[in-house]
Amino acid sequence: MAGLGRGRGRGKGYMSFSIEAVGIGKGENLPPAILQPTPLFPPMEHKPVPLVMGEEAEYMLALKQEFRGNMKTLPFYVRPAVSKKDVERYSDKYQNSEPSDNTIEWNPDWKRLPKELRIRVKKPLKENTSLSVETPVDPKPSKKTRVDKEEIIHKLEVGITLEEEVTSDEEEGEKKKQEEEQQDGEEEYDEEEFEEETDYIMSYFDNGEEFGGDSDDNMDEAIY
Amino acid sequence: MTAQEVRLCGLLLQEHFGEVVERIGTHLLRGGAQNLRTIANETNTPLDLVKKSLCVLVQHGACEFRSGRRGPGSPVEYRASCERVLRVLRYPRYIYTAKTLYGDTGELIVEEVLQRGHMTMSNTVKTVADRLTHNMEEGRSMEYSEVVSAFSKLVETHFLQRCPPVAEVGTAATSATPATPGTPAAPASTAPPTAESNPDCYKLPHVTLIGRGKRRRSSDDSEEQRGGKKAKMDSESCGDEGIYWQVNFERFHQHFRDQAIISAVASKMDQTSSEIVRTMLRMSEVTTTQTAAYTQPLSANEVFRSLPPNYSISRPILDQYLSLLVDDPMEFVGKSGDSGGGMYVVNLQRALANLARATLESVVQERFGSRSARIFRLLLRKRHLEQKQVEDFAMIPAKEAKDMLYTLLSENLVQLQEIPKTPDHAPSRTFYLYTVNQLPTARLLLQHCYKTVANLIERRLFETKENKRLLEKSQRIEAILASLQASGAEPEQLTEVEEMITAPERQQLEALRHHINKKKNPENHIVGFFMNLFVNYGGK
Repeated sequence: MAGLGRGRGRGKGYMSFSIEAVGIGKGENLPPAILQPTPLFPPMEHKPVPLVMGEEAEYMLALKQEFRGNMKTLPFYVRPAVSKKDVERYSDKYQNSEPSDNTIEWNPDWKRLPKELRIRVKKPLKENTSLSVETPVDPKPSKKTRVDKEEIIHKLEVGITLEEEVTSDEEEGEKKKQEEEQQDGEEEYDEEEFEEETDYIMSYFDNGEEFGGDSDDNMDEAIY
Repeated sequence: MTAQEVRLCGLLLQEHFGEVVERIGTHLLRGGAQNLRTIANETNTPLDLVKKSLCVLVQHGACEFRSGRRGPGSPVEYRASCERVLRVLRYPRYIYTAKTLYGDTGELIVEEVLQRGHMTMSNTVKTVADRLTHNMEEGRSMEYSEVVSAFSKLVETHFLQRCPPVAEVGTAATSATPATPGTPAAPASTAPPTAESNPDCYKLPHVTLIGRGKRRRSSDDSEEQRGGKKAKMDSESCGDEGIYWQVNFERFHQHFRDQAIISAVASKMDQTSSEIVRTMLRMSEVTTTQTAAYTQPLSANEVFRSLPPNYSISRPILDQYLSLLVDDPMEFVGKSGDSGGGMYVVNLQRALANLARATLESVVQERFGSRSARIFRLLLRKRHLEQKQVEDFAMIPAKEAKDMLYTLLSENLVQLQEIPKTPDHAPSRTFYLYTVNQLPTARLLLQHCYKTVANLIERRLFETKENKRLLEKSQRIEAILASLQASGAEPEQLTEVEEMITAPERQQLEALRHHINKKKNPENHIVGFFMNLFVNYGGK
């Protein structure tokens, strides 16, 4: 077909098919060839139809916005742990930290998920009752972390009976149940350590960020 | 999974689940089935975040997993589904439909299940009862039994279904018993089980839920804690652990399809004929499969008996209406026999195809003008036409017809078909015919819709970011106003606070709100919906 075109194309340029068939007569004024991509926002000859807005549409719009807002508060909205670029502050220890990467804030049914996706479930600090924390994922790193935790527990000397439980448990061997109890013990241990170390109520701490916010109520100063 | 679809899915995931899930999700959509390590390496995300995101995606049904293809020892593979993510666009419509059918309780049930992906019945009932109680006046609360009855109605009409049982997949460690007793702990079957394959799909569990909704008090922490403990004990005693319910999207789509057909009939003919069609569709709800081309044949006697009582028309008039419907060129209703006073079917597929065609025609009309629309309609009806024939049939002067045809051709709405006369395809001896292929054109329009929605979302995000300062200021003002009003302030203080926003700012704010709210053009959405239905149900 390319061979057929050659030798026939004279004048304005040739195409691989006969242009009479599509209706371009001989010698007719064709619009000039466009040698660049079409503009990003081409001018519209026909204005679009106005939007259909009725009661139904308004309601659905409100539903959509509410849904979006709700999704942001649910635990499904995954926020990566942001590392603080600022200087380490004393108040960090007593403030609610951002969710760390290796916990999950809701409790899925682990039977419906593959085993490799299991992550530790984070429990809120309020519940001081017995926590059922899931085991961490891979057996290999958990052994290492267990060893580390054992060392830490050994190093810190706080008279808690849990420590005795822990040591007695580790003597028995590596069974999942003991792992869980140890995790249990460690979690409770951490909280109790916090609570014992300070004389202040945990929720009291005021780091001064709200300072200056009350000035909105005071109308005497000019607001820019 | 076109580029436009993937882009739109990414934006939707970002809005609803955050950037991390968006990254993982788009990677899965683009790359097909992958295992955990590949995803973590290729997206440069820490493993724990990947795990979290995958949990979220699986929870919401956007991602499926199964054991690897290379045999039982290979790692688990995850596959994301574009279609499922795109359904997020229709969530408000599902919720609104549930509201119209089953009231506020139904609406809240569907909303909760959509927000969480899948939930147990007891969980849903409690959450919805609490929410309803929260909105009621002081002293009144919602009974669980009312919520349970709404839930069971939704299940009976198949709007909610049980999640398909999941066979145990994963490492060779001791596996928990799979949900279906009796099957050995074997690796998953080749195809993931669908919800419909479970015979108990629509069976309600035997759970006794007695109680009332709790009103959430923000001041009583201790009471909440006690209440929380009590709730925990309650959930343990409910018997439906492991039975999760999800929204049955196909059923909703069926409902929308029926509504579309009924409203088309109502606008083309009159209210009574639409009522007749509605009756016919209602009668065949349970007997028709989802992808059926037409409903089961119904006799005119049955239709007459099942008509709603306030539409009392006599038998001969019903027959006249039915024959009118059959003769209509839109082919909504067809006659399949003469027994029982005439056997009639609703032609679902043809009706959808015709509706899609009408939508295509109107799109061309709005974008290119009514003369181009005339050419387009001509080509739809006459299938293949030469250039000269187009000019003659459309009664448009040659030059303009040429121009319009080339515009349509450049937009890919019209195609050129070559029919050679000689085996060497010589251009001078070939017919060139213009034609319109309905199905590919509908797909093209659908992709345009997706692209438009994605553009609108991006524009909305951009505008929100640009004007963040203003939006935050107005939010603060509203909060201050509300608190002042609550504490009984004087009107002067209120006006003073309102004047904190200057007039031009206020105008700007109004315009901005207007724009932001109008994004995600619902009309666009309806067009997209039709095209989707048409493409999925297989047009001509």
